[in-house]
Amino acid sequence: MMSDFPEGQELEQFIKRRRQKGLIWRSLFLLATTLGVLVLMVLLLTILNKTLGYVAVRYRMEPDELVVALYRTIMLDASQTQTLANPADLTRGLAADPDGVGIMARADFEATGQGLRVVPITDLSLQGVVVVVSEANTWLTDLTSLELMRLFTIATTWSELRPEWPQRPIHRWLPPASSPALHAFIAQVYGEDPRTQPTEALVAMLAMHLSPGAMRQIMAEKPLSARTHEDFYQLLVDRVMEPTILETWSFSESILNRKAIQARVAAMPDARLEFRRWITWDFITSPQSSRPEFAGVRTAILGSLWVVFITLLFAIPVGIGAAIYLEEYGSGGWLDQLIESNINNLAGVPSIIYGMLGLAVFVRALEPLTSGSLFGLVDPATSNGRTVLSAGLTLGLLILPLIIINAREAIRAVPQAFREASLGLGATQWQTIWSHVLPNALPGILTGSILAISRAFGETAPLVVVGASTAIFLDPHGPFSKFTVLPIQIYQWTSRPQAAFQNLAAAAIIVLLALLLVMNGLAVYLRHKYRRTY
Amino acid sequence: MTRERSAPEIHESLRKRPRWGETVIHGLLLVFAGLSIVTTLGIVLVLFSQALHFFARPEVSLARFLTESQWQPQIGHFGILVLINATLLTSLIAMVVALPTGLAIAIYLSEYASHRTRSILKPILEVLAGIPTVVYGYFALTFMTPLLQRLLGRDVVEVFNVASAGMVIGILILPLITSMAEDALSAVPYALREAAYGLGATRLETALKVVTPAAMSGLIAAFVVAISRAIGETMIVAIAAGAGPRNFKSWREALHHLALFNPFKGAETMTGHIVRISGGDISYESIDYDSLFAIGLTLFLITLLLNILSRRIVRRYREVY
Repeated sequence: MMSDFPEGQELEQFIKRRRQKGLIWRSLFLLATTLGVLVLMVLLLTILNKTLGYVAVRYRMEPDELVVALYRTIMLDASQTQTLANPADLTRGLAADPDGVGIMARADFEATGQGLRVVPITDLSLQGVVVVVSEANTWLTDLTSLELMRLFTIATTWSELRPEWPQRPIHRWLPPASSPALHAFIAQVYGEDPRTQPTEALVAMLAMHLSPGAMRQIMAEKPLSARTHEDFYQLLVDRVMEPTILETWSFSESILNRKAIQARVAAMPDARLEFRRWITWDFITSPQSSRPEFAGVRTAILGSLWVVFITLLFAIPVGIGAAIYLEEYGSGGWLDQLIESNINNLAGVPSIIYGMLGLAVFVRALEPLTSGSLFGLVDPATSNGRTVLSAGLTLGLLILPLIIINAREAIRAVPQAFREASLGLGATQWQTIWSHVLPNALPGILTGSILAISRAFGETAPLVVVGASTAIFLDPHGPFSKFTVLPIQIYQWTSRPQAAFQNLAAAAIIVLLALLLVMNGLAVYLRHKYRRTY
Repeated sequence: MTRERSAPEIHESLRKRPRWGETVIHGLLLVFAGLSIVTTLGIVLVLFSQALHFFARPEVSLARFLTESQWQPQIGHFGILVLINATLLTSLIAMVVALPTGLAIAIYLSEYASHRTRSILKPILEVLAGIPTVVYGYFALTFMTPLLQRLLGRDVVEVFNVASAGMVIGILILPLITSMAEDALSAVPYALREAAYGLGATRLETALKVVTPAAMSGLIAAFVVAISRAIGETMIVAIAAGAGPRNFKSWREALHHLALFNPFKGAETMTGHIVRISGGDISYESIDYDSLFAIGLTLFLITLLLNILSRRIVRRYREVY
């Protein structure tokens, strides 16, 4: 027997070999673990990567054109304004007018600007365009950008701008409306982004580009005075700019292939390259829309909250009740054993089967109840059973086993001595449960229930079957509403071929994960705060 | 002065009185607990009755259901095997990914990792388990499929394919396997390990030859539960695996170049098909509607069988220490 076992030199080698083998396997185990962690990171990065990045957008009305058009109109309509197409004419006219001020392309000024001088702007350096006055003008030595804005729009006399300047009317000499110099001047002085313009300017832009009828309709929906700056901006985007997203790129592509993307967009007719954040406050508060530029998740979030609310209302009391029965009343008879093994079996049933149960029972068999037509709340001709109520009950059945299993564990953890003490003092069984067992088991029950609810929040398949998957654009307003939920919104967007919907799906996933994180964080917090050891 | 009470009177006053409130509560709680049985009965009843509806149709027969190589109920083809085949393919790929990895992670966590490492890694894996499956579906479509296409070529790997769905299901069930396997390994008494070390075994030999066999029943149960979960998984396959069953004119064609088993082409699983069909506007009278329940029944029976099997294994092979 002993001869099987190596000795001496051989023994050392044998041990070394075994050690090496151990090391190799150990690194393999570590590698697998690292892989698991890595996958989680890759998953999150893949999704985050899609929530930022370049988009190619085509506008019906480009945002900078919108701003330029407004100020061009205001400037050209201002009093005492002359437009001259020929720079030489402008030079000649302005040189002879000491109260005049003009705008010229820098190149034109250098070519023909005899008798004129450039007015320096103290807090702005204009590119490609200059503000000029006659050399005969001695007092206009400098301008601030704020004075410049007023100079070409609402000011009428020089003394309005600065009291020490003469009380004489301003004569404005401008290049024609179509000239690049005017465009460059407006873009640099007044800005290009409509979002940064004052509210009055936004209203003026709307009025410029919409028909009077459309304006009246907007005012009828909500008076202008009740609208905020953001409202007007949204109206401009929806009704005037009307962007269409042609193509999107992920964050990593945007960083790594910037040049190639810019070249590609430059070759697309009428397309602009923009950097877009897909998760914005607008995205969270906007209702669902069939156009990716405007779509948001408000409808879906409200749907999810309504469904989970119904689920809670149904599953928590029933689940805790069942757990109390099994732990406190059950005597271990055949019925109790059947219930117990049945609950374990139910926990293993695929969620989609619950969806089919919901479809056959809640949506179809109990349609009068779940559609609300039994209560006369809705029009029976148009209603059907595919409502918040059906979905909530279906998910309630789905998470019931989870709640029962968790609640039983929490109840079991309450020491037997508590019950004996209570019963010994003459309390009835229910008094014992209500006043001693439940309060002590509550943190555990709560933690388990929150986890079950977060499961319901992320559940998709049964709700598709129950019928939440048709496109819903209206917010749900009660248990008998048609609805959509966040995971289904993600599923629908993911299934759409247009690239922009993939980005929307990624943004919606981040919203969903954030909500789940809050719920799970709450569960962990409760578990720690109320942790008891007996 | 109170009257002296006689012995029978005292006996009477101490006797247990009926408390109606207690009885009502007891009954109510029993009803709540019994609801789980009603749910099970409901599932069985709904699936069987609707499936019966399906099989009662003149054009449908159980033989065709089990032997045909196409699933297209509207034009009279009801071969469930193509759907089952896709389900088994995705589940198999998932198990190939998740089983070795999950077991390795579980062994690492229970046998090698320090207490500190474990307290960091376990919550991370729990996070992985808490992510909704629709997110994994998105991941399969936007990460796994492009990755496979880049590695193997776009002409080999279709946009919707079984492989990426299966691999991502593997990632989905990884935490399940890991946590169940880790529980099973940790439950092995420490004395067994000490005995192995005392005999001169290395850590690896202890882990593989002593602890793993001792925990075998728990490990197998973990795998069975994981398979059942993989088979029932829906959203990943609905998004990434394909938007139509992989039909064949005949089984000969199906086996030509093993086209039936090609993991890089699209195929619809049982769950994927149910979701796609019921997601559209479906008429309750159509054969599509009835056929869904026949698929659902098949799915339910398969997973039920696996769940019962896992429980049986645990009970049968459990080593009691």
